[in-house]
Amino acid sequence: MTKARSRRGMAATVLAVAAVAALGLTSCSSGSGSASGSTDSKKVSIVAYSVPKPAYDALEAGFQGTSQGKGVTFEASYGASGDQSRAVINGQHADYVAFSIEPDLTRLTPDLVDSDWNSGPTKGLVSDSVVVIAVRKGNPKHITGWDDLIKPGIKIVTPDPGSSGSAKWNLLAAYAHGLIDGGNDEGAQAYLKKLAANIISKPESGNKATQTFVNGAGDVLLSYENEAIAARQQGQALDYVVPADSVLIQNPAAVTKSAPPAAKDFLDFVESEQGQRIFASKGYRPVLPGLDPGTVAGANDPEQPYPTVKTLTTIAQLGGWPAVDKKYFDKSSGIITKILNGS
Amino acid sequence: MSALSSAPARRLARLGRGHEAGPAGGNRLTAGPAAGLGVAVLWLSLLVLLPLAAVLSKAAGGGLSELWSSVTDREAVSAIKLTLGCALGVSAVNAVMGTLIAWVLVRDEFAGKRLLEVVIDIPFALPTIVAGLVLLTLYGPRSPLGVNWYATRPGILVALLFVTLPFVVRSVQPVLMSLQPAVEEAARSLGAGRLTTFRRIVLPAIAPAIASGAALAFGRAMGEYGSVVLISGQIQYKTEVASSYVYKQIQDDDLAGAAATATVLLAISLLVILLLRTFARWGARHG
Amino acid sequence: MAERARWPLRLAAVCYVGVLVALPVGLVLWRTGEQGVGAFFSAIGSADAVHAYRLTLIVAGCAVVLNTVFGVGAALLLARYRFAGKALLNAIIDLPVSVSPIVVGLALILVYGARTGWLGPLLSDVGFQVIFATPGMVLATAFVSLPLVVREVLPVLQQVGDEQEQAARSLGANTLTRLRRVTLPTIKWALAYGVVLSLARCLGEFGAVRVVSGNVIGKTQTVTLLVDEQAEQFEPGYYQLSVVLLAVAAVCIVVISLVKPKENR
Repeated sequence: MTKARSRRGMAATVLAVAAVAALGLTSCSSGSGSASGSTDSKKVSIVAYSVPKPAYDALEAGFQGTSQGKGVTFEASYGASGDQSRAVINGQHADYVAFSIEPDLTRLTPDLVDSDWNSGPTKGLVSDSVVVIAVRKGNPKHITGWDDLIKPGIKIVTPDPGSSGSAKWNLLAAYAHGLIDGGNDEGAQAYLKKLAANIISKPESGNKATQTFVNGAGDVLLSYENEAIAARQQGQALDYVVPADSVLIQNPAAVTKSAPPAAKDFLDFVESEQGQRIFASKGYRPVLPGLDPGTVAGANDPEQPYPTVKTLTTIAQLGGWPAVDKKYFDKSSGIITKILNGS
Repeated sequence: MSALSSAPARRLARLGRGHEAGPAGGNRLTAGPAAGLGVAVLWLSLLVLLPLAAVLSKAAGGGLSELWSSVTDREAVSAIKLTLGCALGVSAVNAVMGTLIAWVLVRDEFAGKRLLEVVIDIPFALPTIVAGLVLLTLYGPRSPLGVNWYATRPGILVALLFVTLPFVVRSVQPVLMSLQPAVEEAARSLGAGRLTTFRRIVLPAIAPAIASGAALAFGRAMGEYGSVVLISGQIQYKTEVASSYVYKQIQDDDLAGAAATATVLLAISLLVILLLRTFARWGARHG
Repeated sequence: MAERARWPLRLAAVCYVGVLVALPVGLVLWRTGEQGVGAFFSAIGSADAVHAYRLTLIVAGCAVVLNTVFGVGAALLLARYRFAGKALLNAIIDLPVSVSPIVVGLALILVYGARTGWLGPLLSDVGFQVIFATPGMVLATAFVSLPLVVREVLPVLQQVGDEQEQAARSLGANTLTRLRRVTLPTIKWALAYGVVLSLARCLGEFGAVRVVSGNVIGKTQTVTLLVDEQAEQFEPGYYQLSVVLLAVAAVCIVVISLVKPKENR
C-alpha cells in the first residue's frame, strides 16, 4: 500500500473513531439523563414480572387505539417478580409496575408507590389465574392431580420462591392441597416434603421455568393457567391439568409516584372491561365478575377456557400476604423455605 | 513504515528492531507522561480495581463466619466443583486437540485450509449467547441428531469446548511456525522415529505455548456464562455452573453471597492461571 | 510432513473443528433459511431490533474508543518509560480476562449501584445513573475488553524501539507531533488489529451487560440481550438476529485476517 493511501486509511480510521465517540458520548449523556427521570409525559415505563409480556404487548396496542392512549409510547422490562421489585428499589426507572404477588408491590410503598394503591374498584388487582400442572403433550405420565406428583420418579420443575412470585403461588397451592388432604399443618408439611423431594429444578422466574420444561427437563411443570395457555398459543407442545383444588392467583399492579398521567390512564384501561377482555384472550381469568372471556385459543377447551375449580383457596383464607409471606417464605424461618432447602 | 524516510533514520530503525527501547527499561517520566500515567491509573481504578475490591470487601464484610457459610453452602460447592471439573477437562482436551490443529495448520497444505482458519476464529468473535443458541439448536430438544443434551453435563462440555477452541491453537501456532526444521531433520537423519522427534524436540519447544493457551482456556471456561447458560438448564446440584449460581444470587439480592462465591471463583481461576503461566515462562527460559 | 502422517491428522483436525463449530453454525443458518426471507426481514427490522442495534453500536463504540485511548497510552507508558509499579500495571491489565462476566457485573453494581454502591449514591445525587442505564453497560463492556488493544500494540512498540522517536525529538518535534508522525504509523496495523478484536468482543458482550442493564426492552437492551429475551419468551426472531450477529462476527474475522500483523500470517 502506498504511503498516501495508508495515510488516508489512517485518517479515515481516526475520523470514524471520532465520529463514533461523538455519537456515543452525546447518546450516553442523554441516555443516562432520561434513565433517571422521564421528562417525556407521553412515555410509560412498565416494569413487570416475567409471565405477562404477551398480555401487556396486546394491552399496549389496545390502549394506543383509544383516545386517551393516542400517542403514548411504552418501554418495558420483564423478569422474575421479586427480582424486578428489588430492581425498582435499587433505581430502575418505572412508571407502571405489575408483579405476581402483593408483597413485591407493597415493598415499594410508601416511598415509590402510594399506600392507597389498592383502594380502587378492583383493589389494585388486574388479573387472576389458578395454579395448574403442566405436562408433556398427551400426558404420558397420566397426571390427574396433586397426589400424582409425589409418586416416585416424577420429576418436577417449578420456579424458585427466592426470586419468583409465581413460585410462591405454586408452592402455596401444593401446601393448600396438603392441608385439605392431611387436615392440618403436619399433614400439609408431610405432603410438601414428598413433593420437594421430586423437584429437580428451580429456575429463577415463571417464564424461565416454562422454558426449562419445554426444552426437555422434568416430567411436570408447576405453573399458572395463563402461562400454560400462553405457551400453547406460541406453539409449544404441552398440556395442562387443572387440579380439583388449587389457589386463586391474584396479580397486583400500580403506578409509581413519579409516573406521568398517561400511566394512570393506562392502569384505568387495564382495569376496564376492554383491558380485561384483552387479558382474557391471553389466558388470564378477568377480575371483573361476570365478564364473558369469549373463545381463548390454547385453553384445554377454547369455548370454556376457565373451568371452575372445585376447591379454590384464596390468599385471604390463608391469612393474607404479609402473614403468609412471613410464615411460609421467610428466608430463614419460613415453613416452605425450610422444606425446600431440605431441612 | 515511518514518516521519516531519510537514510539515517532507516538505519536507526533497523538498529532499533529487536531490542528493548532506550536506556534499560525505559526513560524517566517527565511531566506529560506522568500525567498520562495518573490518568491511566485513575481509569483502571474506577473500572477494575475499585469494583474488584468491592467484591472482596462485600464477601468478607459480614464477617468470616458468614463468608464460610456462604462458601460451604451445598449449592455453591456443587456449582464450583462442577465448573472446576469441566474447566480442567476442557483445558486438557484443548491442550491435545489445539496442538494437533495447530500442527495441521502449520505443517500441512490442502485445499480449504484457509476456511479451517476462519472457522477456528468463529468462537472467539461470536457473541456467547448466540453460541449458546447455536449449540442448543444442534444438541437440544429439537436436535436433528436425535440427542437431547439439554440439562446434561455433555451439553456443558460441548459448549465450553466450543468457546475455548481458538486459545491453544492460536497460542501454539506462531511457535510452531518459528521452529527451525533443520533440528528435526537432523534428528530423523540420525534414525529417530516421527513420534520420538515430536516428543523430544518439538514438544519441549511448544510446551510453554500449550501451557499459556491452556491457561487462557481454563480462565475462560471457569467464568463462561452466555454459551453455557442456555444448554445447561441450570439444574441445581447437577448442571448449575458457578457463573449461573452467582447470577442467581445477584438476582435474589444476596449480594454478599454472590461476592463470596465470586471471590472463590476468582481465587481458583487466578491460581491455576498463575501456575500455568509460571510453567510457561519457566519453560520458555529453559527451552 | 511425511505422507503417512498427513491424512489421519488432517482428518482429525477437520472433523473436530467441523463438528464442533461448523455443524451447529450451519444448522442455525439452515433453520433461519427455512423460516423464509419475509420472516428474516421482519425480524431484523422490528422496532425492538432497531433500538437494540443503535444501543449496541453506542455502547460498543464508547467502549472501543475508551479502550483504544487507554490501550495506546498504557502501551506507550509500559514500553518507553520506567516507573514504580510497572509490573503491577502489567498484571492488572491482564486481570479482566480471568474474571467471569457475571462477576464483572456484580463488581460494578457494588461500586455504582444507586442505593448501596460505594460511589453510586454520590453519582445519583448529581443525577448521573450508572447501573440500569447506558454508562453502566459501557463500563461493563470496557472492562471485559480492556487488555485487547494494549496486548497488540505493546509488543510492536517494544520490538521497534524508540530510536526514531529520539531522532525526531532531537530534530525538534514536540510530543504530539512525535506521537502523530512517528509512533502511530509504527503501530497502525497492530492498532487496527486490536481495535477490530476489541470491537468484535464489545459487540458480542452478554453476561456482564445483562447484570447491569435492567433489560428494558427498547431502551437498555442490546442485540445480545434481545436475542436472549426472544428465546426466553418463545418469540420468533432470535434465529434471524443470531444470523445478523454471526454475519458481523464473520466480517470481523475477515477484517482481522487481512490486518493481522505480518509475523503471524
